[in-house]
Amino acid sequence: MQTDAVKGKNAIHPGRKVALEIIGIIVSIFFLMPFAIVVLNSMRTNAEIINSAVGLPQSPGVFFENVASVWNNPTFNFVQAIRDSVIITVLSLAIISICSAMTAWVLVRNKTKWSNFLFMMFVAAMVIPFQVVMFPLITWFRDLGNFLHIPMLRSYPGIIFAYLGFGESMTIFIFHGFIKSVPLELEEAADIDGCTRAGTFFRIVLPLLQPVFVTVLVLNGLWIWNDYLLPLLLLGSNSEVRTIPLAVQGFIGSFVKQWNLIMVSTLLAMLPVIILYLFAQKYIIQGMVDGAIK
Amino acid sequence: MNERSGLSSKQRRKLTEFLFLVPTVLAFIMVIIIPFIYGIYYSFTDWNGVSTSANFIGFANYKEIFTNDPQFIRSFLVTTQFTILNVIAVNVVSFLLSLLVTSQVKGKNFYRAAYFVPNLIGGIVLGSIWQFVFANILPGIGKSLGWDFLSKSMITNANTVIGALVTVNTWQYAGYIMMIYVASIQGISKSVLEAAEVDGATYPTVVRHILMPLMANAFTISLFLTLTNSFKMYDVNLALTNGGPAGLVGTNIVNMSEFLALNIYNTAFKYSKMAQGQAKAVVFFVILMVVSLIQVSYNKSKEVEM
Repeated sequence: MQTDAVKGKNAIHPGRKVALEIIGIIVSIFFLMPFAIVVLNSMRTNAEIINSAVGLPQSPGVFFENVASVWNNPTFNFVQAIRDSVIITVLSLAIISICSAMTAWVLVRNKTKWSNFLFMMFVAAMVIPFQVVMFPLITWFRDLGNFLHIPMLRSYPGIIFAYLGFGESMTIFIFHGFIKSVPLELEEAADIDGCTRAGTFFRIVLPLLQPVFVTVLVLNGLWIWNDYLLPLLLLGSNSEVRTIPLAVQGFIGSFVKQWNLIMVSTLLAMLPVIILYLFAQKYIIQGMVDGAIK
Repeated sequence: MNERSGLSSKQRRKLTEFLFLVPTVLAFIMVIIIPFIYGIYYSFTDWNGVSTSANFIGFANYKEIFTNDPQFIRSFLVTTQFTILNVIAVNVVSFLLSLLVTSQVKGKNFYRAAYFVPNLIGGIVLGSIWQFVFANILPGIGKSLGWDFLSKSMITNANTVIGALVTVNTWQYAGYIMMIYVASIQGISKSVLEAAEVDGATYPTVVRHILMPLMANAFTISLFLTLTNSFKMYDVNLALTNGGPAGLVGTNIVNMSEFLALNIYNTAFKYSKMAQGQAKAVVFFVILMVVSLIQVSYNKSKEVEM
């Protein structure tokens, strides 16, 4: 990897190298310490923690009891929370990505007054903070749901549709930038071969977008998976459908100062993303950075 | 576009392209535009949050929040204070870390991956973990070492609570911003840096006069990201302090660390003043828009073209 940009022809002084290493290790300890605290305190009883907050677990086997009591807790209902988070995140990601790619492609390939206007609208909407639309969104979705006879609150369709609305602007923007650099020749060839417009998009254009898909999936995926406020407003805190952040917040609210159990709940909540990160670290960092730069 | 390839096939093309726009445009109108228009309108009414109808009352909500709402003023000031401190802290730390992990230090790939981890976790979970750290672990360490300044919880003291929030947000965000700086440093041609060293420039000179000007674009992006994210901070605020502690400002008791996003939510749902909460949200939107525009245009004017 070409990483040593700040490097002269002469290697740096060995003393300085050791100093850098020490700084690196100290900073790593600071960054990873909270996770160690979570794991260590998941292995203690609450009495141990209250007795002395700083200390090592006396019988680490307590961990399994703690996990069992959190796992089986009906307030937390971790299995259900995971299931709902997965359903909402995966479906939202699929819909946001495909719909935004279709839109970005049509906007790039039709240079008209209208396509320009539409694109500018999407870009401008990116500065609208969630706070300014969130209250009317609830009443509006309720009325819309009543009108259409599709439940828009406390349901999968409502929240997924909302994620499409909030996620598409940035996603269209990212796809738009990329599609501009995709040569037109391939599409023209497909056209001549009698491919339909939809066929051209799904068979020719979509596969070419693979590199940006990483960015789009990572940015939107982390956002939706970790989002708290939108699910709180559209699903509510005691809904049938609840995501992991809602479950954690609900659990903490009902188990005040039960620190060992709270630590287990945060550990369980973090685990899926941490495991994913271990396997796809390169793509996740790449996706986040590309998303910011583009 | 191709002119006459048979009317029906051209129409079919247009129809396909139109259908491709339908889902996003529909969601855009339903999720952003309509609630946005309602939102602006409701801020001028006595809307109660339940019915769709409301009476127009002009600027009364705006007048109320600016003249008769000490909590809003406190939230505004403390959010501004937090944003300034946090933008500085996150960017300074990330920049220094980016220098560290692009140097010749051993294990830099591990460091990059490790510093990035907090950024993967949601604010509710992070806030809860740090609440435990501030409420129990740090005072525990302070007591056992006899350090007075640590033995009281930082998040229950009005003087230190902002410091605690900056610490957590820097910890959460620095790894991400660091990687933006790393990407920028890696994009700089080595020959430029080597030429400077051949000319005898010291390391600080290289960083200050060569590296930093060439990283102007990365600074724009990072400042924009940290500025808007600090200003919009909600999850960690809620989970870590929930606005507390209460404190005296003038003759009013207010929540000392209740940032604007939290205040907007609480105004609507805790204090049941939906229309005033909406008016605050509109103010929030205007500030965010103005600040972003100023910041982007200022930074764009300073960028060096390479």
